Amino acid sequence: MRHKDHFKTAVYQTPFHPRTSFDLTPMTKHRITGKDALPFLNRLITRDIAKIKPGRVGYCVWCDDNGQVIDDGTVFHLREGDYRLCSQERQLDWLTRSAHGFDVKIVEDTHEVAALALQGPTSCAVLKAIGCTGAEKLKPFDIAYFPFADGELMVSRTGFTGDLGYELWIDPARALELWDALFDKGGNHGIRPMGTHALEVARIEAGFIQAQVDFLPADQAIRIDRSRSPFELDLGRLVDFSKPNFNGRRALLEERRRGSRYRLVRLDIEGNKPARSAYIYDSKRNVVGTVTSAEWSPSAKSNIALASMHMPWGRPGDELWAEIYYQRELKWSRVMARCRVVEGAFFDPPRRRATPAADF
Amino acid sequence: MTNYDAIVVGAGHNGLTNAAYLARAGLKVLVLERMPWIGGAAVSREIEKGWMYSNCSYVCSLLRPELFRDLELARHGLQVVPYGGGVTITRTGDVLGNYTDEDVQRREFARHNPRDGDAYHRYSTDVIRQCKFIRPLLLRTPPDPTSFKPRDIRELIYLGREFTKFGEQFIYDTLRFYTMSIADFLGEYFESDLIKAHLSGSGIIGSAMGVYSPGTAYVLLHHYMGDVDGSIGAWGFARGGMGAVSNAIASAYKSFGGEIVTDAPVERVIVRNGRVAGVATANGNEYRAKIVVSNLDPKRTFTKLFDEGDLNPEFVKRARNFKIRGSSGKLNIALDGLPEFPALGRDNPLRFGDIHFLDSLEKMERAYDDWKNGTWSKEPYLDLLIPSMTDPTMTPPGKHFMSVFVQYVPPKIHGRDWTDQDRDGFKNTVLDQIGRYSPNFKSLIRHVEVRTPRELEDEVGLTEGNIFQGELTMDQLLFNRPFPGYAQYRGPVKGFYMCGSGTHPGGGVMAAPGANAAREILLDLKRPSLVPEGWQDD
Repeated sequence: MRHKDHFKTAVYQTPFHPRTSFDLTPMTKHRITGKDALPFLNRLITRDIAKIKPGRVGYCVWCDDNGQVIDDGTVFHLREGDYRLCSQERQLDWLTRSAHGFDVKIVEDTHEVAALALQGPTSCAVLKAIGCTGAEKLKPFDIAYFPFADGELMVSRTGFTGDLGYELWIDPARALELWDALFDKGGNHGIRPMGTHALEVARIEAGFIQAQVDFLPADQAIRIDRSRSPFELDLGRLVDFSKPNFNGRRALLEERRRGSRYRLVRLDIEGNKPARSAYIYDSKRNVVGTVTSAEWSPSAKSNIALASMHMPWGRPGDELWAEIYYQRELKWSRVMARCRVVEGAFFDPPRRRATPAADF
Repeated sequence: MTNYDAIVVGAGHNGLTNAAYLARAGLKVLVLERMPWIGGAAVSREIEKGWMYSNCSYVCSLLRPELFRDLELARHGLQVVPYGGGVTITRTGDVLGNYTDEDVQRREFARHNPRDGDAYHRYSTDVIRQCKFIRPLLLRTPPDPTSFKPRDIRELIYLGREFTKFGEQFIYDTLRFYTMSIADFLGEYFESDLIKAHLSGSGIIGSAMGVYSPGTAYVLLHHYMGDVDGSIGAWGFARGGMGAVSNAIASAYKSFGGEIVTDAPVERVIVRNGRVAGVATANGNEYRAKIVVSNLDPKRTFTKLFDEGDLNPEFVKRARNFKIRGSSGKLNIALDGLPEFPALGRDNPLRFGDIHFLDSLEKMERAYDDWKNGTWSKEPYLDLLIPSMTDPTMTPPGKHFMSVFVQYVPPKIHGRDWTDQDRDGFKNTVLDQIGRYSPNFKSLIRHVEVRTPRELEDEVGLTEGNIFQGELTMDQLLFNRPFPGYAQYRGPVKGFYMCGSGTHPGGGVMAAPGANAAREILLDLKRPSLVPEGWQDD
C-alpha cells in the first residue's frame, strides 16, 4: 500500500456527474512557516508569492538552477506567514536544500491532513448542504474555514478539473465523518466518487499539465534534453523577472533572450481516436513533436491532446499531423490525423469562475 | 610438442571468453589451467558432499549481456536469476532494507530520515547517469590519448562526445565522482548515518580503501553499472553457483573446437627474437604458439611468467608497482538449516538478498583501520548471502549454503605470512559476528571453507587475493589499466596479450576484458572481429 488512505477512492466513474469527489490525501503537502517563509518561497518559486495574500491560493512552478521545472503545484497562504505547498512529487530534499540561509521551518505533513476534491457544477450546493454557509461567496483560489463536527473544515476553491470545484482539508480523525456527511447530504445533488481516469480526462479538458506525464521533473532527468523550462510548458505567465532573485532566474533570462527549445500546445485532432503517445509530423513528414496526454473529451466532444513540440512548430495555423495507432479486436491500425492548435482550455464553462457560485 | 595458433594462460572466465572468440574465428586455441578445475575465481566446487559452493565470486550482474547472448550461454547451461531484498541490521536490531519498488524504497529511507527518503530519487538519478556514461565503454578498447592513429583519434572523439552528451554539469560531476570518497559522495545526498553506511558497502568491496578514501565513489559505480535483464544495478545468482558461468563459457569454447588442459601450470612464456614463441609448463611440457594471452593479473603475469631481463626496466617497474592489494577474505559455509535473524522476523523477503551488520560509516572506517594496522578487522564488513534460498541446486533439500564476503583482511599479518592459527582466528571473528545477529546460526554449521588472501593467491592465483586483479582507482582505470601505454590488451612483447580483469574495464565477472582482448588479437591478425559491439542507448 503506497499511502495511508484516509478516504477510500472508489472505482472509475465519469466526472460529469453533477459533482464528484476525489481523494487527494496522497498528494504531497509541505507546511512552510517561520520568519522567512515568504522570502524563502519567493526564492524557490518563479512567480511573486507576495501577491498571494492570506486566504488565497496560487498555482506555481519551481525550477532548478538551470531553469528547468522540478514540479508544479499550489501554494496556500493559510494564515499570515503560514503556507502550504502541494505537489505531486516529493520535495522535502529540494525544499530543505533551497532553504539554506532562511529562517524557515519546513515540515512534510502529507499524512497529517486529509484532503478531498469536490468538483462539478453542484459542488457548491453540496458544501452548503453540509453547513458551509456562505461557501458560494468564495472566489476562485479563495480559502475559507467552516466549523465542522467539533472542529474546523478548510475549503479552497481550487481543483484539478476545469469546472467549478473545491478542495476540502480536514484533520484525518474527522475525515470519515466528512465523507459521510457529503454523501448523506449530497445525495440529492448526485454526488459520486471519482477515479483517476475520470480526473485524467477532466484535467486534460482543462489543459492542465501533470508531472511524469507532460513533463519530467528536472531532478529526475538523466538525459540532458528531457527536462522543460516554464516557458516550454506554456507557463511563462508564472515567471516574474521583476523579482530580484529566484531559483533558475539567470537561466530563464538567458532562455528568454536565446529562445526556447520546445513549446507545449493543446491540439484538437480530427476523428475520434485518442492520439496517445503519437508522433506529430509537419506537412513534409518530419517529426516535430510528441503527444504527452490525449483523451476523447466528453465535454467538448473533441479528440484532444497536449503535445510537446520542437520550436518553432506548434504555432496556430501550422499544418500538423498525428500518427495514431489503435487496436480493434486485437488488430492494430494506423491513421494520420490532422491536428489544429487550440488556444486556451478545451472546456471552460463560465460557472468555473462565476461568483457567487451557482447551485448547478 | 604441439603447435597452436594461440595459447591462453589461465581458465578464468575472461581467459575462456577470450579463447572462445579466438576459436570461433577459426584459430587453433589451447587453454592451460594450473588447477585440476577451471573457472579461476568464477568457480563452483563441491567441497562438502552435496553442497555446491560459489567458492570465490558469488553474485552476478556485470556479465555483459551482449556476450551472454552472442556466445549463446543459455544454450550452454547458464541461467542468471535476479534476487531481491538485501538488508542492513544494526546492533540495536533496527533494519534498513532494499526494495525494488521505488516508492517502497523511499518510504523505507524516510522511516529513518524523511528528507533522505526524498533524496533517494536524486541519488539514483545521478548514479544512473554515471552508469549510462560508463556502460557503452565496457565493450570498447580504451583509446590511447597519446596516439595519432586514426582509430585512437576516433575513439577519443567518441569518448569526448559521450562525456559531453549529458551536459556541462556532468563533466564537473564526473571528474569529482571518479576521485571522491564514497562517504563524501553519499554526504551530498543523505543525512542518516545508517543509510550512508548501508549504501557505502559497494564503494569498498574488493578494494584496500576505506569509506573515507578518495576513489571509493567510483568503486560503487563499478558495482552498480551491471544489470540483470536491463534492470541497472540489479544482481543475480548463477544457477548452480558462479562456476556455472565459467562452465557455460567453456562449453561454448569447446563447441568452437577449443581445447583445455588442466593441471598444467605455465611456468614461463618463451620469448624468441623479441616475440613470443610459446609457453613452458612446470611439468616440463612446451606448447608452441605465436600468440600467448595471459588471464593472470598483470603483476603475476610480468613478474612470474617472464624473465624480467626480457622486459624493459621501466615496464618491470610498472608491473612490480601495480597496485593490487589484498583486502578481503571469504567464508563459505555449509548449513544444516536456515539461520534465523530475529531482527528480520520470520519469512522476511529481505533475507533473499545481501545481509550486512552495520551501524555507521565510523564503524566501517574502524574496520579499515585494523587492516592498516596489519590485522583482519575486529568488526569486519560482511556481505552475506544465502543463495540456496533462491537456487535449490546448490544444496540437499532443507540444507543451505551461506556465502560470506569479508572485509578487511590484510595480505600479511603484521608484516609476516598468514598461519593456520591466524586463519582460524579470522574465521572465529566472522562466525562470532554472524552469531551475534543470528542465535541459531552456529548450531547449524556443518563445514566452513575459509579463504584469506593467502588461500586466494595460492589457489586462484590472484596476487594478494585482490578480487579485481588490481585496484579500481583512476590511476589504474581506462587507458591507464593496467599500465599507461598498455591498455589495449597488448603486452610489451610481440604476440603477447593480456585478457584478465587487470585490463579495461576491470574486475567482476564481466567477460568484457576477455572479449575486448580477442577483438585486438583478431585485429592484429587482420581477421574480421567477431566480438559484438556494446548495445547503445541514447
